[in-house]
Amino acid sequence: MYDVIIIGCGITGAATAFELSRYRLKVAVVERENDVAIGTTKANSAILHAGYDPMPGSLMARLNVRGVELARTLCEKLDVPYVPCGSMVLAFSQQEKPHLEELYRRGQANGVPGLALLTGDEARELEPNLSDAVVAALHAPSAAICSPWEYCLALAETAVRNGVQLHRNTGVTGLSPVDGGWLVNTDKGQMWARYVVSAAGVDCQQIHELAAPCPYTIHPARGQYYLLDKSEGDRVGRVIFQCPNDLGKGVLVAPTVHGNLIVGPNSEPVEGEDTSTTAAGLAFVRDKALKSVPSVQFNQSIRNFAGVRAVADTGDFVIDWAAPGLLDLAGICSPGLSAAPAIGEYAVELLGADGLALEEKEQFICERHRTRFKQLPQAERAALVERQTAFGRVICRCETVTEGEILEALAGPIPPCSVDGVKRRVNAGMGRCQGGFCGPRVVEILSRELGISPGEVVQDQAGTWLLARETKGGDK
Amino acid sequence: MYDLIVIGGGPAGLAAACAAWEGGLRSILIVERDQELGGILNQCIHNGFGLHYFKEELTGPEYAGRFIRMLSDTGVEVRLDTMVLEVTADRQVHMVGKTTGYRVEQARSIVLAMGCRERTRGAIGIPGTRPAGVFTAGAAQRYVNMEGWMPGNRVVILGSGDIGLIMARRMTLEGAKVLACVEVMPYSGGLNRNIVQCLHDYDIPLYLSHTVTDIRGKDRVEQVVVSQVDERRNPIPGTEMVFDCDTLLLSVGLIPENELTRQAGVEMDRRTNGAVVYENMETSIPGVFACGNVCHVHDLVDFVTAESQRAGAAAARYVAQNGDAPQRVLQVRNGDGVTYTVPQRIRPDRVEKRCDLFFRVNRICGDSEILVTSGDTQIARFKREHLAPGEMENITLPRVLLDKARDEITVSIREVEQA
Repeated sequence: MYDVIIIGCGITGAATAFELSRYRLKVAVVERENDVAIGTTKANSAILHAGYDPMPGSLMARLNVRGVELARTLCEKLDVPYVPCGSMVLAFSQQEKPHLEELYRRGQANGVPGLALLTGDEARELEPNLSDAVVAALHAPSAAICSPWEYCLALAETAVRNGVQLHRNTGVTGLSPVDGGWLVNTDKGQMWARYVVSAAGVDCQQIHELAAPCPYTIHPARGQYYLLDKSEGDRVGRVIFQCPNDLGKGVLVAPTVHGNLIVGPNSEPVEGEDTSTTAAGLAFVRDKALKSVPSVQFNQSIRNFAGVRAVADTGDFVIDWAAPGLLDLAGICSPGLSAAPAIGEYAVELLGADGLALEEKEQFICERHRTRFKQLPQAERAALVERQTAFGRVICRCETVTEGEILEALAGPIPPCSVDGVKRRVNAGMGRCQGGFCGPRVVEILSRELGISPGEVVQDQAGTWLLARETKGGDK
Repeated sequence: MYDLIVIGGGPAGLAAACAAWEGGLRSILIVERDQELGGILNQCIHNGFGLHYFKEELTGPEYAGRFIRMLSDTGVEVRLDTMVLEVTADRQVHMVGKTTGYRVEQARSIVLAMGCRERTRGAIGIPGTRPAGVFTAGAAQRYVNMEGWMPGNRVVILGSGDIGLIMARRMTLEGAKVLACVEVMPYSGGLNRNIVQCLHDYDIPLYLSHTVTDIRGKDRVEQVVVSQVDERRNPIPGTEMVFDCDTLLLSVGLIPENELTRQAGVEMDRRTNGAVVYENMETSIPGVFACGNVCHVHDLVDFVTAESQRAGAAAARYVAQNGDAPQRVLQVRNGDGVTYTVPQRIRPDRVEKRCDLFFRVNRICGDSEILVTSGDTQIARFKREHLAPGEMENITLPRVLLDKARDEITVSIREVEQA
């Protein structure tokens, strides 16, 4: 019998697991896929929003502002790439200026620090590549960018090091109330827990419905993106938004912590988790982005992707009891990444208030470190290679990722089991050649270290096979 | 201190090092990131290499093997499994290797011979799902020819570049079904002999003026949608064809790998995506040379070899002469029909007897003239029966003609008769 079972290991589930791992509790996280951070968490704008957007008084407003405050120290302690670059919302006409003023007022009400309304010229002074058509801007210095999947991994890894059990490839098929808790049926067998926390993203409604009728509806909304080469990485220094509209916060242009430029998203309703991109969607994103920053070179694109956000019809996060002992963390769309640690904190508060004994551990690990060869100074690189020769073998040329870093990830608390799993942990394959060169080498390393045939190595989730069969061979 | 450090041990690096040795340099280092010399030739097990240079037909590994043997007769030092991380303008080379450790070496001259990489799905923005099963043709070639694994069974190939054509045949010979080769342009980007030997001979249809407009399948590619495109390369609605397949190979262009070059501060040419070079393959940084596919993408390795020998010989001369004063420089301009030239600059005083000029055209032409002009004066004219963007052209300009030119020369195409 677990004290708590968390369903789903995206950023919300991971943050909740991390918070719970502070206490003397038996906690498990069940994740349907073969890795963490594989849904909405890996495919979004990677922004930690300042918090001027949500309506004052909403959960979104409170948890966003609290979340980004927590993120500042959390990302440092857990070695998560984080850059406090600030953001700007642009107005292209006098008609749009009231929007900025409204956001300014909301920001003040939400307690967002440092907000300032700028003229077009003041905005261009900070961001010289902005369009001449910009007439005013709202500047929010407290916005930041981060690596969302590494954020999730760091939280999940630290939770695991603190004793949380992570069960991957374990999908929930049923929820039944039992005496003193819940029976959780999974495709790997039965589990029991006093409390169940649903952090199932787009599938929160389905999980809820396993236990009780669901009062809200999740409308999956897809957003498509471009990721551009590092040659475009300093096109802007801040996250550049347009005035929000009914379709969300609008298309942004932003630097990434990895040195690239990200452009997107649009917003369109989809069925389930349809993360395909479309010619029309991408064209829309491109056109909108060029309105903000006309000089973006889209021929430097290295990848398109799409993510699906779980938007609840309540207009806010749904953080509430679905049934006694079953807590919903649902409708975690934007600003979910920003709010994540605060959502975790709030979830634990609710569990505690309901009677879960929160007794702090004497030894709680709240640090994490991973080797980043590329960022080390020359002397440290030399010493590292001296100590461990695997750090001398560069596997990914574009991002300068060494075999040593991949081996380190494989020895970590949540080892990767796919080529993309390696990518999410050490950046191999994230660069301009998109794994063209390092792909076969990563397959070779995974095959060797996991003791499986190259034919069994997958690209990403189960079923994403890479190699069909051996060649005909010949005389050996 | 080395007289010369060659970055890259593929065909360009090998030829440059051999030529520099012949030119008298005795302290030469080749740095190669792979575990053996030969570069991409090692995975090109098909034949057709060496027709120009050796006057015989060799496979890729055989072609590389000849130069590796030549190299073994010299005292050129080789560091394998070693990656160059940085080249500085004052010719320091930072490198790291599993057995060689982290080292910084100083060189009197440098030859950049890093080759090129393939354009990817992201660069051309194919919409659809993102399942496994979309490979660049070169990555697929590595799996098949080096690792011994087939990346799929039912294949569509986008792009009619040479690697894609070669892989159409290779996958077929290994028992895969290649359903189509799809090319967005109205003409193929590959060599004509490869169209015939790799597609026609195996009844693989080539769809010109078509492109992939959708990829379907959640985990692995299940279908690829191909549409016809108009003159502006926009897909024409209603022309969709759906192919049931598990693999899409991309052969949609090569990009010189110039991260080190840019970092060093070398002046680049946006047309070639390589360094701007002089007649002897010297870049804007004295003593730093570039050759092979890192300078501009070649169709034939034989031409890589010839160009790299010039670079290696020039590096040897540079070290021997300790660099000399700047001289008169001719800019080479692209006229009508010409997309780029290499070299981009010529110093006539450095040209002994003649200077080879390489270029590509922007369209297929029938009977044509290649015109070289300087101001209003025509200084040379060459006839060709056929010109195509997929086939690199070259002309040879004698020194005496270059002496006639003023500050610049322009290369242009005049079609005598429509193709």
